[in-house]
Amino acid sequence: MEERFSFDPFVLPFTIGMMFIIIYLSIAAGKVIYDLPSEDRKKFFRSLFSWRIFVSIKDIICECLLHVRIFRRNRVLGFMHMSIAFGWFMIIVLGHIEVKLYAPHRLNLPYFPIFFRYFMKETEQTMQGAFFFFIMDFFLLLIFIGIGMALYKRFNSRAMGMRRTTRLKMADRIALYTLWLIFPLRLLAESHTAEIAGGSFLTNTVGYLVGVVPEDYGRGFWWAYSISLGMFFFALPGSRYMHIPTEALLILFKNAGIRSRKKGDGVATAAIYSCSRCGICIDACQISSAARKPKDTAVYFIRQLREGDPAALKSAENCFMCGRCVQACPVGIDSIRLRQNVRELKAPKDQSDYSYLPAMDIGQADVLYFSGCMTRNMPSILYSMKKILKESGDNYLHMDASSTICCGRPMLLSGQIDAARAMIMKNTEIIRLSGARTLITSCPICYKVFCEQYSLQGVEILHHSQYIDRLIKEGRIEVEKSSLNVVYHDPCDLGRGSKVYKEPRRVIDAVATLTSIPSAIDKKKALCCGGSLANTALSEGSRRTVTEDAYKQLTASSPDVLATACPLCKKTFEGVSEGHSAVKDIAQIVVEAMVEKSPVPGKENSKNSSAHITA
Amino acid sequence: MIDFGYGITRSNRLNLDEADLTLARKMARREKSFGTCIGCGTCTAGCTAGHFTAYNPRKIQLMILNGQTENLKEDLEKCMLCGRCQMLCPRGISLRSLWSKLYRALDAPHKTPSVTRDIF
Ligand code: SF4
Ligand code: SF4
Ligand code: SF4
Ligand code: SF4
Ligand code: SF4
Repeated sequence: MEERFSFDPFVLPFTIGMMFIIIYLSIAAGKVIYDLPSEDRKKFFRSLFSWRIFVSIKDIICECLLHVRIFRRNRVLGFMHMSIAFGWFMIIVLGHIEVKLYAPHRLNLPYFPIFFRYFMKETEQTMQGAFFFFIMDFFLLLIFIGIGMALYKRFNSRAMGMRRTTRLKMADRIALYTLWLIFPLRLLAESHTAEIAGGSFLTNTVGYLVGVVPEDYGRGFWWAYSISLGMFFFALPGSRYMHIPTEALLILFKNAGIRSRKKGDGVATAAIYSCSRCGICIDACQISSAARKPKDTAVYFIRQLREGDPAALKSAENCFMCGRCVQACPVGIDSIRLRQNVRELKAPKDQSDYSYLPAMDIGQADVLYFSGCMTRNMPSILYSMKKILKESGDNYLHMDASSTICCGRPMLLSGQIDAARAMIMKNTEIIRLSGARTLITSCPICYKVFCEQYSLQGVEILHHSQYIDRLIKEGRIEVEKSSLNVVYHDPCDLGRGSKVYKEPRRVIDAVATLTSIPSAIDKKKALCCGGSLANTALSEGSRRTVTEDAYKQLTASSPDVLATACPLCKKTFEGVSEGHSAVKDIAQIVVEAMVEKSPVPGKENSKNSSAHITA
Repeated sequence: MIDFGYGITRSNRLNLDEADLTLARKMARREKSFGTCIGCGTCTAGCTAGHFTAYNPRKIQLMILNGQTENLKEDLEKCMLCGRCQMLCPRGISLRSLWSKLYRALDAPHKTPSVTRDIF
């Protein structure tokens, strides 16, 4: 190999573009890190110098280059993303290796590895040279396959397992088309010089074809290639491809254990810019797939945030906060948190403190049962739970027998943190005063907020499914397995929200036959019932469509019972279940299968369980 | 005056021509289902906050419609946004949404927050 030139004016568009993007990204990254709350910033820097950096590097390779998570979701789509990202990365790396091997003194010229084939001349054919020619062509081919698939996806997204893809805006289009152009132009340019600089199966072949173009015009290819690169860099900040550099930063944040807390903190910004607008979340969202209203799905909401579009204030509300999109997102963007940020921004400034609530002393007990607002609307669950609690022999009290103070989660979901805190404080007081060691609730909404927002050290918090599971395991209640076919629906706040999957299934397995459902709507991918409190924008009609669709999917095998572990799910599904599979709570099914022990005379298990109000 | 053994109480009828219906109109715009209430009172019967005070969600709706908005805010602040009323309402009114929109409408001084861009 021998150097022909070391400079040509055509390198300018690329070099200027690259300088621009490096400066832009450095300032942006600096701002994002500066915007972190100071303790998070410390955490971030500390994590850079700990073993966690290795985990981050691994994650960055797996996600940014190989797109493992998209692969797991859909192999074709994963291959498409991987071939472009990984192929391009390898071409850049190999380009640098070549320079290091053949012209090490040129490593200081940023454009040299990119236009290596123009500047160098092949003097003799070597194995090593042929290897590089081959492998460079190989990765270029890989990219072409990826781009071909991407083109195909533009016109036929269903073939890639996507029903809907994102509608693109101008900046995205410019970036997309220049990105697609970069590689064909590179091929043309390299083919043109293949005779001088060497080439392999792609470049040589194409080289014969473009060989007819006269030498002077041939340099036009190199110009075009450089311009397309430069344009891509200039279009990058306004386009969705910002996700390429930002995702790496987001991974670093995640592995440092920092999460967004309010709008505009660095993590939120990084999350917004990490969205590749792949559109996977559109199909995951039932407001889109069932109610056919895709306009406020995560991808569009995130775009509104990024553009500072006031429409985000409204679309923040149009979400069940069910987490299906977060689960599906290949980047792992917590769009629920981003919506919550906006809700908190919107919340009224002076909020209630609930000073009207009386001081409550409910007495002493080992176990507290908190039914919650929702369960009080579903007496069937309440009575079943009371029966089970009585049978258990535990010394229990029904914490909200006469009146409930809401757990605070609905208020939190509306962004009114101070008001929610006030309720949380009141309930905490009551729980603490009772001296209880165990707190049981029938409502996943309450369960989640008890676990995440209350400080109840020393009190074990259980959802009733966990409690019943324990009772059965310890033989404290006796149940008979029936032949009922039961499908279990994971409530969002219990499954995805609190990661309780095993216990409810074990309970059902002990009392009936658990029927399986397609994995696309099971466990982590469970559907939302459509009754979620979190959405204050969707009309009742659209909600019903979501519910009907979910009910239909869940009961496709016509089970005898559709079981849930959430009063709201039960209520919601009951509204559409006429004549089909009955909707029951786990507690109800257990009570029906329970073999009651003969009562021991003279032994009263539970105290008078009504709350006593002082003040 | 002759004592007939009964008296006339002061009229509690409202002159709706003079009532200030700004809030009622605003709420009707912001929450489409507002105004379809049939006044059954189920929401009030089940109201979580109503177990502690005289808080009455059905009355709140009526007061908005009547333009009696003076003490509305103090009243509304008793609501816990728990959503029980919505779960019970036979008319399928999005009551939680109504309450949270009302919260914001009554928040003084009310300014629409801006969602600014986070970078440049
Ligand atoms: S939020 Fe995630 S799934 Fe949705 S478009 Fe963005 S990257 Fe894709
Ligand atoms: S959280 Fe649920 S409702 Fe909200 S956008 Fe995601 S999938 Fe849709
Ligand atoms: S009621 Fe159950 S399924 Fe419906 S949104 Fe809440 S947790 Fe999810
Ligand atoms: S949301 Fe408010 S009005 Fe409705 S039941 Fe709860 S406390 Fe009562
Ligand atoms: S339950 Fe519904 S219809 Fe009945 S009074 Fe309340 S809001 Fe009106």
